[in-house]
Amino acid sequence: MEIFWFVVLNIMLVTYVILDGYDFGAGIVHLFFARTDEEKQSIRNSIGPFWDANEVWLIASGGVLFFAFPTLYASSFSGFYLPLILVLWLLIFRAVGLELRGQVHNHLWENLWDKAFGIASLLLAVFFGAALGNVVRGVNLGMVENGISTQEPHYFFLALWNPTFDPLAEHQGIIDWFTILLGVVAVVTLTIHGANWIILKTSSPINTRLKGIIFKLNVVLAILVVLSAILWHYVKPVPLTNLRTYYWTWIFPVAGFVGLMGQFFIRKFKKDVTGFLFSSLFIFGSFTTTVASLFPNMLPSTNEVNPSLTVYNVAAHEYGLTVGAGWFIIAAILVIAYFVIQLRVFKGKMDDIGYGEH
Amino acid sequence: MVSISAMDDMILYNRLQFAFTITFHYLFPQLTMGLSLLIVYFKWKFLRTGIIDYNDAAKFWMKIFALNFAMGVVTGIPLEFQFGTNWAKFSELTGGIIGQTLAMEGMFSFFLESSFLGMFLFGEKLLGHKLHFVTGLMVFIGAWASGFLILATHAWMQHPVGYEVLENGRFILTNFSALFKNPWLLPSYFHNQAASLITSAFFVASVGAFYLLSNKHITAGRIFVKTGVVFGLIASLLVAFPTGDMVARNVVKYQPVKFAAMEGVFETEKGGSEIILIGQPDMVNKKLDNKIAVPKILSFLTYQRWDAEIKGLNEFADPIHPTNVPGLYYSYHIMVGLGTIFIATMLACAVMLWMKKLYQARWLLWILMIMIPFPYIANTAGWYTTELGRQPWLVYNLLKMADGVSPTVSGGNALFTLLGFIGLYILLGLLFLLLVIKIVYKGPGSNLAVK
Ligand code: HDD
Ligand code: HEM
Ligand code: HEM
Repeated sequence: MEIFWFVVLNIMLVTYVILDGYDFGAGIVHLFFARTDEEKQSIRNSIGPFWDANEVWLIASGGVLFFAFPTLYASSFSGFYLPLILVLWLLIFRAVGLELRGQVHNHLWENLWDKAFGIASLLLAVFFGAALGNVVRGVNLGMVENGISTQEPHYFFLALWNPTFDPLAEHQGIIDWFTILLGVVAVVTLTIHGANWIILKTSSPINTRLKGIIFKLNVVLAILVVLSAILWHYVKPVPLTNLRTYYWTWIFPVAGFVGLMGQFFIRKFKKDVTGFLFSSLFIFGSFTTTVASLFPNMLPSTNEVNPSLTVYNVAAHEYGLTVGAGWFIIAAILVIAYFVIQLRVFKGKMDDIGYGEH
Repeated sequence: MVSISAMDDMILYNRLQFAFTITFHYLFPQLTMGLSLLIVYFKWKFLRTGIIDYNDAAKFWMKIFALNFAMGVVTGIPLEFQFGTNWAKFSELTGGIIGQTLAMEGMFSFFLESSFLGMFLFGEKLLGHKLHFVTGLMVFIGAWASGFLILATHAWMQHPVGYEVLENGRFILTNFSALFKNPWLLPSYFHNQAASLITSAFFVASVGAFYLLSNKHITAGRIFVKTGVVFGLIASLLVAFPTGDMVARNVVKYQPVKFAAMEGVFETEKGGSEIILIGQPDMVNKKLDNKIAVPKILSFLTYQRWDAEIKGLNEFADPIHPTNVPGLYYSYHIMVGLGTIFIATMLACAVMLWMKKLYQARWLLWILMIMIPFPYIANTAGWYTTELGRQPWLVYNLLKMADGVSPTVSGGNALFTLLGFIGLYILLGLLFLLLVIKIVYKGPGSNLAVK
């Protein structure tokens, strides 16, 4: 039963990253690449009716984590206290920027919320990348000092950074050069992804320009991916046992690779949806590769004293997990149905829905 | 190890943060839930009668609804996170149970609501009126389902059922359906929904009164006043009886010490307890000052017998007394007092409406207009009654506050985030007010399109 919920949780998380990821990416494009008011408006139109439903994937993943793996939820949420609260504040700013902007027609007002929306999107992308970095690198579970745990073995607390920004330091911080690197990877990935969404959902003049930008960013991304894979092995060597034992798990890195390479043909695609599919595939592949190589660990320990948190030692009790599976399957079918309805109602380009205009 | 006073500070800041963020959050869902019903009503009325003013009314309220909904969303996400960030020990121990209903809320209601809201707000032209009505109905169902599931979660904390405690202190679920058959759940759900309908009915009526008094948007003003008064009267009556009575009985039965504290009963009285209308609790001498009371009524209301005995607070051991008896007592009396005023106001309005005099009765419209903040106060006071009365327990009779807090988050960090939330929410609150005023001022009808 743990495995069922592990799979469910990861599917939900990756769906979240793909969906809200294009929101964040659109925000970053909005911040850096949109020139005219018209371009900005069409970017907002492209995500307007969707961002709220996309964010629900985060809430629902949180809920599933809470009930299926309560120990992991408690440990990681209190341990990553500060960055999580910062993420909450950023999510608030972003949503408010998007919703309030059109309520008053004043140049300064609009500028203010445009920036709030763009900067919050950018920082959120950095944070989510850094979060993945923290999980990969592992944390000092039990807050061990001189070989002795100062907390229960599954609790920890991380400062935002330590003065050296060194991932291998004894007192780790959320932000170090390794996690920042992953933050940058996330920004580039999501910018490409968001640009693809804009191309898909609008016929804005920005679209041709975006294709060129995507191509260049993809070159950067390819280099960064190789770099972070190498550094990952320096920071926390992973034996890759899963990939060696279960050959089918090769699907994941292959998916990521295809997604990354496909993006290089951005100028040749006949359909607007192709680019978006490739960037989704890349996100899916890189996320699942990470998860699969860590498995069964969910949060690795960096000390010898306390064991890593795994699928097995953080799960809730069997009965709850089993009845949960019952209602979850019903709910999942409904969610897919809503999703299909939503896509059909808002199919095609959304250039003139006038999002946020009153 | 952490010193005692540092530990107290830590708990204090965590409590203040939770209390502040949830109180702020709940200002929005109470309108979301009630208003979704009223909008569906307006749209339905339009479909049946074809009178365009009802469609305009629906469109007008959708604008306020959208704004309010967005505020509910952004302030709701921190709550879900805070169980883990600030109450980690509590989450670890009870997550297998309360996580269940919280996860259901996300899967069953938030997805439903948020998917259809987009269509409801932007889809009128794409969908046509009938389907547009259906999407509104879906939003309404989602909002009310979300209220139900969050109250199911809350009911378990007030009155735990269907669980077993393991040796390591963990609570495990043993009976899923018990969570929904919890005797605490339905009464508090009905009471809470009636209360949220009060908020929205007063809101709508109040805006209507504003238009009539300032001689603008007269047709819309009349529709708003009429609808608000009819729904408001029904809801005000429902909140007192039967639902208020039902929740009160649950408290007597399952949490007698809370009941004694909220009613201000210190001593057990032989031959029937009086009901306190006014008075100030004196916690040093354990009595009530300056009281005005009516003999024997409390016993009758509670047990339908004039001489039934109600246990006073002084009969319970100090450590299980609610930690803030005066706060609890005032919250309760504010809620009930306002409830009485709501019934009186709405009755007066309804009578005048029936006599076709309401739209000219300026004094009454004035009263209606300035009532707008009071349902919010009553709702908040009701929640403070519930939550202060639960202290010192996090899970009633089973888990204390001090055992639920996050072990590694220091008081300093909790205070930092508390201050941040306060600053951010004050800003949000001001912006929200400003924009609502702007929408109301512009009024329905002209240039209405949520295009
Ligand atoms: C407009 C708001 C409003 C009004 C007028 C009333 N209530 Fe209320 N009350 C609430 C809004 C509310 C609430 C905020 O919605 C609460 C908090 C928890 C809940 O389910 O409802 C609540 C809780 C609550 C509780 C606490 C239950 C517990 O401890 O869990 C009691 C005993 C009552 N109510 C009783 C009454 C009575 C006898 C009223 C008679 C007029 C009344 N309420 C009017
Ligand atoms: C919407 C209305 C609600 C309001 C206004 C409200 C208010 C409060 C207040 C004032 C406190 C602080 C009590 C104290 O520390 O003395 C509190 C605590 C808490 N409430 Fe509620 N509450 C509401 C609903 C809920 C619901 C639905 C849940 C559960 C799902 C919940 C769970 C908690 C928890 C976990 C705490 C922290 C522990 C505690 O302080 O008791 N609350 N709430
Ligand atoms: C601890 C308590 C609570 C938590 C964890 C919580 C969580 C949330 C979250 C995450 C959202 C955003 C949903 C979205 O993105 O669509 C939200 C909104 C909402 N909540 Fe709360 N909430 C709490 C208290 C309450 C209470 C007491 C009620 C009502 C009885 C309530 C009813 C709603 C409603 C109707 C919304 C409107 C928006 C929506 O559902 O999407 N919530 N809440």
